[in-house]
Amino acid sequence: MNEIAHTEGEVFHTEDMTLSVGPQHPSTHGVLRFVVRTDGEVIRKAIPDVGYLHRSIEKIGEKVTWHGYVPYTDRADYLAAMFANQGFCMAAEKLGSIEVVRRGEFCRAIACELNRIASHLISVGTFGQDIGAITPFLHALRERETINNLMEEICGARLTYNYIRIGGVGYDITREICDHITEFLDHFELIVDEFNRLLSYNKIFIERLANVAVITKEDALQYNIVGPNLRACGIKWDIRRDIPYSVYPELEFEVPVGTGEKGTLGDSYDRYMVRIREMQESCRILRQCLKMMPQGPAIAKVPRKFKPPAGEFYARVEAPRGDMGFYVISDGSEYPYRVRIRTGSFTAMSLVEKISHGIMMADLIALIASLDVDAPEIDR
Amino acid sequence: MKVEAKDIFAKTELRFPEKVSGFKGDVFEPYFQIEPQSVVEAGRYLRDEPGVQFEVLSDLTAVDLPKENKIQIVYHLYSYSQRHAIVLKVDLPREEPHVSTVENVWKAANWFEREVFDLFGVNFEGHSDLRRILLPEDWVGHPLLKDYVEQEEYDGISTQREPLVEKLLR
Amino acid sequence: MQPLINSLPESVFTTKVDDLLNWGRASSQWYMLFGLACCAIELMQTGGPRADLDRFGCVPRATPRQSDLMIVAGTLTYKMAKRTKLLYDQMPDPKYVISMGSCANCGGLFQLAYSVCKGVDKIIPVDVYVPGCPPRPEALTEGLLRIQEKMMRERWLVKQPKVAAESAGA
Repeated sequence: MNEIAHTEGEVFHTEDMTLSVGPQHPSTHGVLRFVVRTDGEVIRKAIPDVGYLHRSIEKIGEKVTWHGYVPYTDRADYLAAMFANQGFCMAAEKLGSIEVVRRGEFCRAIACELNRIASHLISVGTFGQDIGAITPFLHALRERETINNLMEEICGARLTYNYIRIGGVGYDITREICDHITEFLDHFELIVDEFNRLLSYNKIFIERLANVAVITKEDALQYNIVGPNLRACGIKWDIRRDIPYSVYPELEFEVPVGTGEKGTLGDSYDRYMVRIREMQESCRILRQCLKMMPQGPAIAKVPRKFKPPAGEFYARVEAPRGDMGFYVISDGSEYPYRVRIRTGSFTAMSLVEKISHGIMMADLIALIASLDVDAPEIDR
Repeated sequence: MKVEAKDIFAKTELRFPEKVSGFKGDVFEPYFQIEPQSVVEAGRYLRDEPGVQFEVLSDLTAVDLPKENKIQIVYHLYSYSQRHAIVLKVDLPREEPHVSTVENVWKAANWFEREVFDLFGVNFEGHSDLRRILLPEDWVGHPLLKDYVEQEEYDGISTQREPLVEKLLR
Repeated sequence: MQPLINSLPESVFTTKVDDLLNWGRASSQWYMLFGLACCAIELMQTGGPRADLDRFGCVPRATPRQSDLMIVAGTLTYKMAKRTKLLYDQMPDPKYVISMGSCANCGGLFQLAYSVCKGVDKIIPVDVYVPGCPPRPEALTEGLLRIQEKMMRERWLVKQPKVAAESAGA
């Protein structure tokens, strides 16, 4: 029971409210539920309740073959399907001692960076929508349609690609597709500036987000926050730079870090700007890859009944939502023994309970949107 | 400065004699075994010791090994400042697996341990909030064990598949 | 859709009352945002700029109380099934359900999963099934047009015998 003293000397009694936000709600981050105890608008405690999309992808890994598991990794995070494919294939290749062909590595990098741009477009678009700015979302969807067309030319599917296979990639990227990608990049770099003018430097947007839901460096390390959320706190950690894989050691790109430009270091605005800058860096990487791609086959020769020797490996890729880890154990048979997918959204969600104490209801929505959590990554 | 995995093992063995063993360094991921009772102190030592400094618990998961009659908890540790990694393994008996929680050493362990409890049935002593996280509260059984059998129906919905699908899956 | 007949060209149309009512209902189906998984992204793209759902009069609503079409897009798990039934019951009559994607139709590629409900029609009655994984925006638009045709065939003024499946609504 709370008491608010009225000006005439009366006392007004209020009570805490318990609300259930979700699992069906207009934000597009998926089926998530929060049990929120509030005192009016100020939140006392917000407890996340997850598991509404638990599709038992880890258990299925023990029952299908190595090649046959790649479509299931698509669904582990459908907005970043290429990265999940790549993580599993890297683990399988390491266990089976398979060398990926050079052209395949470049095709992988091109597909992944295009996917990163698509995922960040959804992230910033829905961020604006959750804050209340509905229009930039449609601009983001328009750009994403062009990327979907490119993906369809490359591998035939718009969302769940099954493109990166063990040993390389499924289909080759032809000269024509490279020209289309260059056209898209020429057009997209101007669109990011337009997006910035529309949303990022908008006074209302900045006032909504600056100094809201700050994550400190100690919290970020204790709770194992990864990806753009970690970089927004000031820690410059990117798997492509620090535990390099594939062709990233040969490419030149910056790793954007949050600077607290409009508020405190590690607030929601920093997390948003890191994603915008990462989209621009992805454009740079794409241009370099298109120039440096060699000729050759797109996939190595891998036996149809793939049976790697017994062992285990933990492969990491830098997905748009952070470092996605694939811990794969093989026991020598044609089915994996254990597949474990460790995603960035799972740990980011566990931080919400701590940070949400004392913020307003509308800021809770901004916090979840800025952490860019995704229901399939949490529940798998 | 990167420290080799065998040096990390040597330091830990010096500090906790008889409690750590079984170092394997020639695999892709060097690991060593720890007794279940001393996992919390060893974790705190590995996190705070200068030169080792594993600030981050990358992953905490479990593997079911029915042939050796044990459930193995695997801890992946990583250090951002020193750029090295190590894997710890703890063996638990399959009948009543229980181990202390490392929640007070790395807060990320909170949700990881809830997931292991949900899917494997391992009891973490001292955990602040041990309940199911991914499955519904009234689910029976721990699915990721190798001998798990699905229940016949849940909440009035039958879990039987179509006969053609059953035939293809056999 | 049957055209309205123009018998006095200045401004008088003659048609049946049923057709007029159905034409009004079919041209403004407000759908509830019930996107669960990957198909939800394709649902968003269908409502986006290129394949526009708004030109058919379909506006997304967040609450079931204001919508008459429920597009179940994505995998239904047992944990979510109870809530789906609750939301379906909250929609006012006449209501329609589109099952979008193979996971909602029959469980999709998750036949081996222990926590996935093999089809949303085990819980709520479905009018149109849209296949695909995920279905293209054009496929979902085709499903919407089929619901429009179904709506146009309904009759309200005369009591129909409950023999044919297509006569009574929903």
